[in-house]
Parts: sequence; structure tokens; C-alpha cells
Amino acid sequence: MALPKAREDALTARLATLALPADRGWLAAVRSEALARLTAMGLPARRDEYWRYTDPASLNAPEAPAAVRFSAGDEAEPFDGMDRLKLVFVDGVFDAAASDDLTLSGVTIERLAQAGEKDIHWAQGLYGQLETRGQSPVPRPFAALNSAFATDGVLIHVTGRATRPISLVYVHQSETSDAILHHCVKLDPGASLTLLEDGPAAARLSMVLEVDIADGAQFHHIRLQGRDHQRRAVTHLFARIGAKAEMRSFTLTANGRLTRNEAVVELAGAEGRAHLAGATVGDGDFHHDDTVFVTHAAVACESRQVFKKVLMNGAVGVFQGKILVKPGAQKTDGYQISQSLLLDEDSQFLAKPELEIYADDVKCSHGSTSGAIDEVALFYLQSRGIPRRRAQALLVLAFLAEAIQEIADEAIAEDIRGRLERWLARHGSNG
Amino acid sequence: MLEINNLHVKLEEEGKVILHGVDLTIGAGEVHAIMGPNGSGKSTLSYVLSGRDGYEVTEGSARLDGRELLEMEPEERAAAGLFLAFQYPVEIPGVGNMTFLRTAVNAQRKARGEDELSAGDFLKIVREKAKALKIDAEMLKRPVNVGFSGGEKKRNEILQMAMLEPRMCILDETDSGLDVDAMKLVADGVNALRGTGRSFLVITHYQRLLDHIRPDVVHIMAAGRIVKTGGPELALEVEANGYADILNEVG
Repeated sequence: MALPKAREDALTARLATLALPADRGWLAAVRSEALARLTAMGLPARRDEYWRYTDPASLNAPEAPAAVRFSAGDEAEPFDGMDRLKLVFVDGVFDAAASDDLTLSGVTIERLAQAGEKDIHWAQGLYGQLETRGQSPVPRPFAALNSAFATDGVLIHVTGRATRPISLVYVHQSETSDAILHHCVKLDPGASLTLLEDGPAAARLSMVLEVDIADGAQFHHIRLQGRDHQRRAVTHLFARIGAKAEMRSFTLTANGRLTRNEAVVELAGAEGRAHLAGATVGDGDFHHDDTVFVTHAAVACESRQVFKKVLMNGAVGVFQGKILVKPGAQKTDGYQISQSLLLDEDSQFLAKPELEIYADDVKCSHGSTSGAIDEVALFYLQSRGIPRRRAQALLVLAFLAEAIQEIADEAIAEDIRGRLERWLARHGSNG
Repeated sequence: MLEINNLHVKLEEEGKVILHGVDLTIGAGEVHAIMGPNGSGKSTLSYVLSGRDGYEVTEGSARLDGRELLEMEPEERAAAGLFLAFQYPVEIPGVGNMTFLRTAVNAQRKARGEDELSAGDFLKIVREKAKALKIDAEMLKRPVNVGFSGGEKKRNEILQMAMLEPRMCILDETDSGLDVDAMKLVADGVNALRGTGRSFLVITHYQRLLDHIRPDVVHIMAAGRIVKTGGPELALEVEANGYADILNEVG
């Protein structure tokens, strides 16, 4: 079916500034298929059901809107001092000189471009595949665009227990950079990996991460999205979780003009676990959207979605979260909470929690709240000599605690608490 | 130490006048009690002194060691040496009791230009003081007042008082919701803090708390004023005959 004229034009304009990378191997065919998917669905528009709360215009635009780089001041680099394998991308391009050697016991790491030249590769079964599955029932055009046009990324195959976390560091250098990164992670049965991501990456970032977690494997993911105020990002995490396998993903977002983080997770084997969490703090010209879709397709799986947003001075938060329990997925334990703390009356939170359940022996709960700081608690803290701003920061951190608790590594959790505390000290609210 | 002169207060929203000119002077090391029927303005007085929102002072002053309290933020009043033990201590999910105590102690020390306590020193002091109030390590770890029984909450108030070492302590119906044993424990905690440099204002409905915390002076408050002042015997009179006789006598 042909696209409506406006969508056709928008897509044509966008595609005019993009070129399919010239792979000769398996990747070329995969990219063509992705482009076909994109062409069939078109770019998102405000009237689409899952784009009502977030305007995709600046993500659709042919050129990335300029974004000034942010100086982190005396704030230490995230994960500094951790024993990790560091892979650096500058404006979306892998920087071999700044990166560690791609060798890690129990893991093979390849650059997308090199792997794509081969005739046969394990990533053929993953790259663009989970993305394709994730296009139904909700289309995700930016993910298809990413699969077609990704200019860089890494393919990580974990065969055992990775001895160190892999840390992807995204440096933003050019004020008009438009990065399209696509990573795949495949964990064999019983394997485990911690993947760290941090940095703004570019003025505009499109990121897709596809993760296949085999039976009994463990995948921990911690992401700190860069603090550049003007950056834009649309990211997709597609994950398939096998029997007794576990995924934990936590994202901290502080600043950024527009962020759309989609997570599409399928619990495909019995007793799998998926924990998705996000802590967000936004001040002023800030729009942050978490769109999550968790499918329970097997028995006795557990899923948790914990998303907390602190918004001030007109910042906007969006949460669209769904739990789908398929027929036969008995003993499902699903939990979803999305909450916002509005520090003034100019900020807003838009939430659309959904449950769709086709099994009868299921425990699913969801809750969404939006509230102001508790003035009685604030007074209590002040009456003990704690200055108002510090008291407010304590209450804000308390509000975010449930999301931060989802981080398995206590040292990282503590580091993130410290970052949030300093962020709050820098950003006074009106309250 | 505390000097309240002709204090008039109304509720900001409703405009209802609660205090109609309160005069009260408490000297260093003294323990005063305020008794009175419901709605006489006792709790309002404690909130106004500690700086809670929602009240408008239309006239009068309240000075602590000569410094005007009413112009200060709540945290400045605390750093100046004022402490209010709440009638209903507030539950704060997500904030650990220990973090709360350390933040408060160090914030006050900082406000007074003193060095912050090291984590080790703080821990040593808090453990010692908690032990005297039968507050166990588990209670210190839990979020502030969350899941505490009525007695635990009140003991936690006294622990905060002991840690912050204020000069002027206001106890707002600290006996409410306590059984006899819990009240004794709280009173022992308060008595341990009595000394020449520290004064107390004990707000209560009942004489029984005053059996344990012996006041030097007892005031009767009614309809937003202090209507009668006397020694400890005044509390006994109230206990025996209720407020009616006193109110008739002054009314």
C-alpha cells in the first residue's frame, strides 16, 4: 500500500541525505530488507498512536539539528577506574586508537563493517532480525532506518563469562553530527556479560542494540545518556530472553533536548527474567520518552519495568509501557511502575500504561503516578537543620531509589547516586 | 533563652486567628509545660516557632538567645538551637535513618562553622545514644520512621534531639500514643538531656508525662492565650478537676 503523500515526501527527504553503506557480504541483503521495511511503513508522524506525546519532526529531519557540546566540568567520566574493555566512538565512528584491543576472554568482538563483508556470519541471525520481530504490532520506523543505514557498531559474541564489562563510550565532537549505530550481542547458553554505555554520541543519535540471550545466560546493561543539553537521541533495545536467562537494563538520562528510548523485550523461554529501569532528571527544554513493550511468551517469567522521572522548569516526560501476556504464558509475574516527580507546575508527565493478557494464571500489576514533592517531609528535614535544597535532593533521590536499586552492581549504583546528587545541586528548582 | 512576646498568628488560607497574643519567657535550663484543651493553639505555637508553612504571624516576636526566630528559615532555626519533637513524626520512604541523622548533624555543624563529623565518629556517637534509647541497629538502617511503631517513632525523635544537642527543645504531645513503658523510656531520654544550657517546652494534654519530666513552670493555654501560669501543682489541679474551673476563674 502506498504511503500518504506527506509521509512519502518526508521519507524521500530523509532518504536523500542517506546512502546505503557499500557492504558486499551478508549485510548488504539485510540492509536492503530493512530499507524495504522502512519504505513500507514510512517515518513516524504525530498522529501515530505511539507518537502522540513525542514530536518526531526533529528526528525525521534530513539534517541533524545542531547541538552544542557540553562541558562536563570537573565531573569524572562514568565508569572511570573500573576494569573494563573500552570501545570509543566519536560522532558515531569507531576510534580504534582511543579504544582497547578487541580481545576479551570468552568474547569475540568485531566491527560491523568488517563482519558485514563476510559471506556467512553468526550475526545474520540477529542483525535486523529482532528488530523485524519488534515491528509488530507497533511499527518502529527509526529502528528499520537504523538497520538499513547504520554506519558503525560492534558485534559481540559471548561464549562464556566475560571477565570484564564492555564499555561503549560515545564522544560527541561535531555540532552537527548525525550518528547511526547498530550493535548486536549474542550470549550463548550460560554466558554472561555486562555492557556499559555512556556519552551523548552525536548531535543526533540513532542507536539500535539487539541482544539475544540464550538459556541460562545473563546480560546486564547500564547506560548513561550524555548530558549535552541540545542533543537528540532515538534508541531501541531489542532483546530475546531464553529459559532461565536474565536481562537487567538501567538507563540514566540527565539532560538532552529529545530522547526516545524504546525497549522491546520478549521473554521466550520458561523462567526468564527481564528488568528494565530508568531514572530521568530534566530541567527546562527537555523531552524524555520511554516506550517499552514486554512480551511474556513463556511460562513462569518475571518482568519489571521501573521508570522514574524528575521534571522541572517545563520539562516533559513520557512513559508508554506495555505488558503483553501471550496465551499459555501462565505463572507470569509482571510489574510495571512509572512515576514522575514534578518540581513545579510547568512540567508535565504523560503516561500510557497498558496490559494485554491472554492467560489466566497471571500476576500483573501496574501503576503510574505524578506528584509534587512532599512538603510535610520537606519541612521535617528542614526542621532538623537540613537546608531546603539539600532536603529536596534527599527526597528526589529517595523517589528515584527504586529505579537505581535495579542496578546489580552496588559501586555503579553509588556512583550514579552521586551524579544525581550533584546534578540536583546544580539545578535548583522553583520549589 | 526563649522569649515570646504578644504573638498573634492566623491560618494563611482560612484567615482564622489561632494565637491571640502569647507571652512566654523560658530561662536557660528551665523546663516549662503548656497544658490546655483541644484547639487552644498549643500545636500551632510549636509549628510557628519551628517555621512551618501555612501560618501568618500578624504581630509579635519570638527570640531565641536574642535572635528573632520568625524571620529565619526552618533550617536556620534548627541551626540556631531550636528543636521540635513532632507529635506525628513524618515517614520518609527511601531516606535511611542513618543518612538522615548524619546529614542533619553535619548540616548544623556546617551552618555553625564547625567541622563535619567523620563517618567513624558519627557512627560511634549515634550507636551509643541509640543504645540508651533502646534503638537497635535495624531501626537505624530503615527509612526514616517507615514501619516504626508509635513508640519507636517517638524514641527516634528523642534520638535526633540527642544527636543534634539543641538549646531549646519543644516536645509536642510526645506522650500521645505511648504506653507507660514507652513513655518512661522517652522521659528518661529527655531527662538525660536536661542541663543548665538546655531548656524545654513540653506540650501535653495530660499530667502523667509531667510525672516523668518534672517541669519548673506550668502554663495553661486556652483560646490562643496563656491564661494561667504556676508551678507543678497547677498540672495536678488540672488532672484532678479538668480545665473548666481554671477557665471559669480566668474567663
